[in-house]
Amino acid sequence: MYRYDEFDARLVTERVEQFRRQAQRRLSGELTEDQFKPLRLMNGLYLQLHAYMMRINIPYGALSSKQMRQLAHIARTYDKGYGHFTTRQNIQYNWIQLKNVPDALADLAAVEMHGIQSSGNCIRNTTSDQYAGVARDELEDPRVYCEIIRQWSTLHPEFSFLPRKFKIAVTGSPNDRAAVKLHDIGLRMHQNEQGKTGFEVIVGGGQGRTPFVGKTIRDWLAPEHLLSYLEAILRVYNLDGRRDNKYKARIKILVHQIGTDEFRRLVDTEWQQIKDGALNLPQSEIDRINAYFTPPAYAQIDDETESLNEQRTQNPAFDAWVQANLAEHKVSGYSIVNISLKSPKLPPGDVTAVQMDALADLADEYSFSELRVNHRQNLVLADVPQKDLLSLWTKLIELDLATPNIGLISDIIACPGLDYCALANARSIPLAQEIHQRFQDIDKVHDIGELTINISGCMNACGHHHVGHIGILGVDKRGKEFYQFTLGGSSDQNASLGDRTGKGFPADEAVNAVEKILNTYIMVRNDGERFLETYRRVGMKPFKEALYGSA
Amino acid sequence: MIIANTLADGFVVFLTEAHSWTNDITKGAVAETDEQAESLLTAAKQAEQTNVVIDPYLIPINIEDGLRKPTEYREYIRATGPTVPIPS
Ligand code: SF4
Repeated sequence: MYRYDEFDARLVTERVEQFRRQAQRRLSGELTEDQFKPLRLMNGLYLQLHAYMMRINIPYGALSSKQMRQLAHIARTYDKGYGHFTTRQNIQYNWIQLKNVPDALADLAAVEMHGIQSSGNCIRNTTSDQYAGVARDELEDPRVYCEIIRQWSTLHPEFSFLPRKFKIAVTGSPNDRAAVKLHDIGLRMHQNEQGKTGFEVIVGGGQGRTPFVGKTIRDWLAPEHLLSYLEAILRVYNLDGRRDNKYKARIKILVHQIGTDEFRRLVDTEWQQIKDGALNLPQSEIDRINAYFTPPAYAQIDDETESLNEQRTQNPAFDAWVQANLAEHKVSGYSIVNISLKSPKLPPGDVTAVQMDALADLADEYSFSELRVNHRQNLVLADVPQKDLLSLWTKLIELDLATPNIGLISDIIACPGLDYCALANARSIPLAQEIHQRFQDIDKVHDIGELTINISGCMNACGHHHVGHIGILGVDKRGKEFYQFTLGGSSDQNASLGDRTGKGFPADEAVNAVEKILNTYIMVRNDGERFLETYRRVGMKPFKEALYGSA
Repeated sequence: MIIANTLADGFVVFLTEAHSWTNDITKGAVAETDEQAESLLTAAKQAEQTNVVIDPYLIPINIEDGLRKPTEYREYIRATGPTVPIPS
């Protein structure tokens, strides 16, 4: 894992002390709310529906067990004993008190964490594949470049007042788990004809009220040019992105308005001026960062096929978990373990302080003291020896963290919605929980198979509804909660935006609508065909008929 | 009624008759006329000026079975807390 150098550490502690003084001046009345608001937002402190909310970055989703313990400490000491992992690989605390925030930030700084650039019109936390460095299908470890981007973008003076927020994601695998086509900039590593690894550069993806799948502006970019090329893109956006209308200020609108070719031309013109300059990334620098991500000392072991099979046969619940929650590790004898934060009892992404502490212990015991957070609001233990899977699972059961549903119907993304969020039009969490309740039968769940249901409480789309196989958007219709459905969205390498089914449904009919959609799928699917494939084959018609009757 | 967040802890509060602030909706002042509402709002804005609360505003309520219930569901949730249990 990356460790702070002197520069990082000083920057973060200085910021804590600066914020401490700012908070004091606000509390004493020296600063008005209008003056203070931008300052608190620069440190990730929002005012939500019920209270302040503090957002803390988890760079590219990587957490040490020590950091996880500190997150538990923050939850217990300064909040109500839990935290919420978001679709941006961050964590949010919902009940933090302004007077305690400086102390909380100081505790976080002690473990190299902070909320700088987790809000505001700047470059936000760069996100990545939760299986980075361990995935069997991976070409190269994307975390190295995420870290390079983090260092370049942290307090970048030229880009601290962009027209709007800016999000970058990187994947090193052909199977995109980081939704790179839905970011302001998505970087996909792949090899060119000479067999050299570089980046496909995708620009202008995004969700919100005007969703777009990103456009490729460069098929292959050599790693040494990564920063100069990113800088060129940001410069074009910084100059030409709209500042007169918040809803038209993201780079996706600029790319859409001037067209991909013109945007590419502007970037190239800018790039020619800075290419091969100070931002050039020499191999030695890439190697230096790479050294932080040296693989742990794996034992030389074979895959545990036989004993694992036996354990699975003897224990159907364990078998269901293995089937749903494990992914293939690049090293034999190891597995990637997904820990579902979608139990029927807790809101999606929520973890209690007790669970956080226990997870830190499990990471120490089973997975080289590291955890990851993914954009689907789940956690990952990336390096678990297969011989330990049964014992890990037994402990996860006791913590209510062994729900066997990764990638299945109840693995729902849901933003905080109107239960917490000041911008919301409708609630998301209760609907997610109702859907989970309705589809409890494990055979039915497996029969439905791979499915993503994504729920957002308003057009801002933090719950990624545009790219859910089934997307649900909460709206306020004459003072009542309604839910609009989209079908056929996807955030992977074949990303697509969902199509609206038609008019929305009141809250008490929303789960029935989900059921109708799924019954239709079961009726019209071919053998072994996933929901998304069926939808792409048959289109909206049968689903529309099921939902609204035939016209 | 007047709803706001306190500055120091951020929690949701209501203005009382005595122009203090309470977390308890049953103890908040209810304006029955426009003039009463105006005078509550003036007091609340003063508390905003003196940095006791943030963003106070008036919300309409209904009284059902003697209980005060904000008419808009957003304000209802704001006043009563998340509709899902707090994880523990
Ligand atoms: S989608 Fe809307 S309701 Fe949900 S967290 Fe984002 S802003 Fe809040």
